[in-house]
Amino acid sequence: MARRSLHLFRDLYRSRDPFPKPFLQNPIATLLHPAISSALLQRRSHAFAAPPPPAMQNPKPSNGSGDENKSPTFHSSLNEAEVAKFSAIAETWWDFEGPFKPLHLMNPTRISFVRSTLCRHFKKDPYCARPFQGLKIIDVGCGGGILSEPLARMGATVTGIDAAEKNIKIARIHAASDPLTSSIEYICTTAEELVKGNKKFDAVISLEVIEHVADTLEFCKSLAALTAPTGATVISTINRSVRSYATAIIAAEYLLNWLPKGTHQWSRFLTPEELVLILQRASISVQEMAGFVYNPLTGEWSLSDDTSVNFIVFGTKGSE
Amino acid sequence: MMAALSTLLVKRGIARKVVAIIYNLNVIPRRNFCSVDAGGGAHSNLRVEKAQDSEEKVEMTTESGQHDIAIVGGGMVGLALACALSSIPLTKHLSVAIIDSNPALGLRTCLMKDDIPDSRVSTVTPATISFFKEIGAWEYVKQQRHAFFNQMQVWDYTGLGYTRYNARDVGKECLGCVVENKVLCNSLLLCLQEKDFEKTIYPARLTSMSFRSKYASAGTGTYQASNKSISSGTTLSDDTSEQIHHGHLVKLDLSNGKSLHAKLVVGADGAKSRIREIAGLKTTGWNYSQSAVICTVEHTVENHCAWQRFLPSGPIALLPIGDKFSNIVWTMSPEESLRHKSMSKDDFVKAVNHALDYGYGPHPQSSFLDHYMERFSRVTRHGTLSTAEYFEVPPKVTNVVSERLAFPLSLMHARDYASEQVVLIGDAAHTVHPLAGQGVNLGFGDASALAKVIAEGVKVGTNIGELSLLKQYEKERKAANVTMMAILDGFQKAYSVDLGPINLLRAAAFHSAQYIAPLKKNIISYAMGEQKWPLFS
Ligand SMILES: Cc1cc2nc3c(=O)[nH]c(=O)nc-3n(C[C@H](O)[C@H](O)[C@H](O)COP(=O)(O)OP(=O)(O)OC[C@H]3O[C@@H](n4cnc5c(N)ncnc54)[C@H](O)[C@@H]3O)c2cc1C
Ligand SMILES: C[S@@+](CC[C@H](N)C(=O)[O-])C[C@H]1O[C@@H](n2cnc3c(N)ncnc32)[C@H](O)[C@@H]1O
Repeated sequence: MARRSLHLFRDLYRSRDPFPKPFLQNPIATLLHPAISSALLQRRSHAFAAPPPPAMQNPKPSNGSGDENKSPTFHSSLNEAEVAKFSAIAETWWDFEGPFKPLHLMNPTRISFVRSTLCRHFKKDPYCARPFQGLKIIDVGCGGGILSEPLARMGATVTGIDAAEKNIKIARIHAASDPLTSSIEYICTTAEELVKGNKKFDAVISLEVIEHVADTLEFCKSLAALTAPTGATVISTINRSVRSYATAIIAAEYLLNWLPKGTHQWSRFLTPEELVLILQRASISVQEMAGFVYNPLTGEWSLSDDTSVNFIVFGTKGSE
Repeated sequence: MMAALSTLLVKRGIARKVVAIIYNLNVIPRRNFCSVDAGGGAHSNLRVEKAQDSEEKVEMTTESGQHDIAIVGGGMVGLALACALSSIPLTKHLSVAIIDSNPALGLRTCLMKDDIPDSRVSTVTPATISFFKEIGAWEYVKQQRHAFFNQMQVWDYTGLGYTRYNARDVGKECLGCVVENKVLCNSLLLCLQEKDFEKTIYPARLTSMSFRSKYASAGTGTYQASNKSISSGTTLSDDTSEQIHHGHLVKLDLSNGKSLHAKLVVGADGAKSRIREIAGLKTTGWNYSQSAVICTVEHTVENHCAWQRFLPSGPIALLPIGDKFSNIVWTMSPEESLRHKSMSKDDFVKAVNHALDYGYGPHPQSSFLDHYMERFSRVTRHGTLSTAEYFEVPPKVTNVVSERLAFPLSLMHARDYASEQVVLIGDAAHTVHPLAGQGVNLGFGDASALAKVIAEGVKVGTNIGELSLLKQYEKERKAANVTMMAILDGFQKAYSVDLGPINLLRAAAFHSAQYIAPLKKNIISYAMGEQKWPLFS
């Protein structure tokens, strides 16, 4: 199964479809070719053993049985401490020079990945200004709405959810100022809660969130449950590599003071391989993957095949 | 209010028709623009035709006057931006307002080829021509008067240096094209009219502009303020949402008492930009204490070459403008410009012929420099292209057929081209010495770049007024504009003083340009707007 989908993913790139030029100039390379992925499957055991990723640290009772989790405050994948960190700096979401500067800088780049993958998947015209018209998209862990707003401008019917009440308030105020974004529905909740309501979305997007959740597998299962049968899931996060340690933590949190110290815990990070496998267990098969690289000279991010620091994956619901 | 806005949006979505409405039709005629007398039947027909289409729009806009983009200044550059936006799939849905009291914006006729050419002309480079083709405006220029030239001769009064460029040196058919400014404006207007594009022309001047209330602005401090009032309850009060709703728009007040709102304001309002002033964008620059006298002249033969001679007081250019007409741009001191403006036609013709021939110094001749240069080019083996072209005397001027206009010259550059929700293009961002006829070409470069940056922004759902987006445009254009400004200023300086022996060096520079083919090629392609970094490539 994994092999097939990866072939598919590679073939997607080989095809000479007339995708928008910028993507051709910035070819997103296929990180996971079959050789690597089979090596990966063998490595699976220790990848999950040491250092133990959060998924293994606090295993949760299975999701979906509903009966044991009646309390609305109980969120299986939620890490309260992580959410509190974001709550504390909520006012600064839309300050381009503030703590969320990296997200603002990265935004056009990651959205171009979302745009091209979703346009292909849903057969939408990539040259049109509002290609997502008619699509129901949920932004899980929306924060101040940095991603939700552009998605709405691109025509989507957007729901943004975040576990921090403060973030949701900021997101609402900000979105209200533009008629194109004022229709976004912001809810303070978690993916798990929403699953109970049996909601389905054409696309479920969760960028830079999974590294902050307590139980990644549960989280991915919830994302899968929110995804309509023919829908798509997009996730971005930080790799657990030496380089990401250097860039995301030392540079961004300590040297550049971009992020408040303690924003990230390196051990929580997933490698692309781990994420692919976790998603697979949540019955989402990854079709495409790309890395983001930051050019300190131009101050710009671009898509690349280098997934050693930041990466993004696009998957569809598996058949199992 | 919310409801009104959303219905507006829905309507806007459906009614994607060409709607050009002219408010306040009692426009005051002004000289010197793309004005055509009386307008004629053709254009009034067009306006009537449009009337049915526009009804819905009138009702919508008069009430709200909300647009995505407000272009202040419908000169060549402002109109080019509108046209570019209308031709890019990602931006053609945007609602654009053009604000300018210039009455020519209301006219829609092809200009007659048999009138006497206007004295305000532009030398458009091949890069500008491709841009016009891209946006669909070039076909309208072709239907009106324009003059391609395939040769260029530059020389100076000392008799030591000259250089002749030929289009075939760079494997092109032409080096550029001279077009009247009113033809360029008119072509852009005709092209805009053909497009399926929602534009509104406001025939008025911008008087003031106010920015979004601090309440909804994006910044740490302001958010703290807003957060306070919000934290008391989860829902926004009506009052608050009302404020927020206009919060993201810039309000523009016009001289006719109307006002409108836009997400992004583009200052295309020329060298004395009011937008630049209101937005507080600082400039650097200097006056050249020089003026340019411009007019249209007639010959007995047709001219196909662009001529430029450096005189002690500054350059004089003779540009072909079609038939037996040429355009003169003559740089001199302000006092001299007044004298040349008011002297009799005959005296002026004499002065021009003098300046383009034996006046101030001899024709350039073969000198020791030639021998040196010939040797040099043999050694460097660059002599293979047609390097040595013979010096020629420009065709004699027989008559001045337009009024003479004098403009003071200055170099000005805005330190920033953008602030939150405001961006400058064309002369509002930079003015250059007219000696290489680059002014408006830089402006067209701006318009093209800004339209593309806006398209990139729309593509990823960015708010088009966002500073980070506008800064991308600034970054791209500043590099190109500053390089060109420095080159032109350097040229200007090199020729504004008589340095005795240093004249020789200057002549040597001309000679090297004449003899060293690759360098010459670089210089030409730069002047044609094709290369970004002529000096380093
Ligand atoms: C003597 C001379 C010769 C030149 N020769 C050449 C040449 O050969 N080649 C070349 O490329 N360039 C030449 N230039 C430069 C060229 O003319 C300018 O670069 C060009 O006109 C700039 O266009 P623009 O649209 O930016 O500004 P403008 O043409 O100045 O247009 C500005 C517009 O804004 C409007 N406006 C101003 N204020 C307001 C307001 N408050 N509200 C509403 N509307 C407003 C005006 O009505 C006008 O229509 C020359 C310039 C001079 C002075
Ligand atoms: C780094 S921010 C990313 C914000 C946004 N997705 C973006 O990329 O612009 C992480 C956000 O995820 C939220 N979050 C963390 N864990 C969550 C969970 N289990 N459910 C919902 N939101 C969560 C945090 O409150 C925070 O706003």
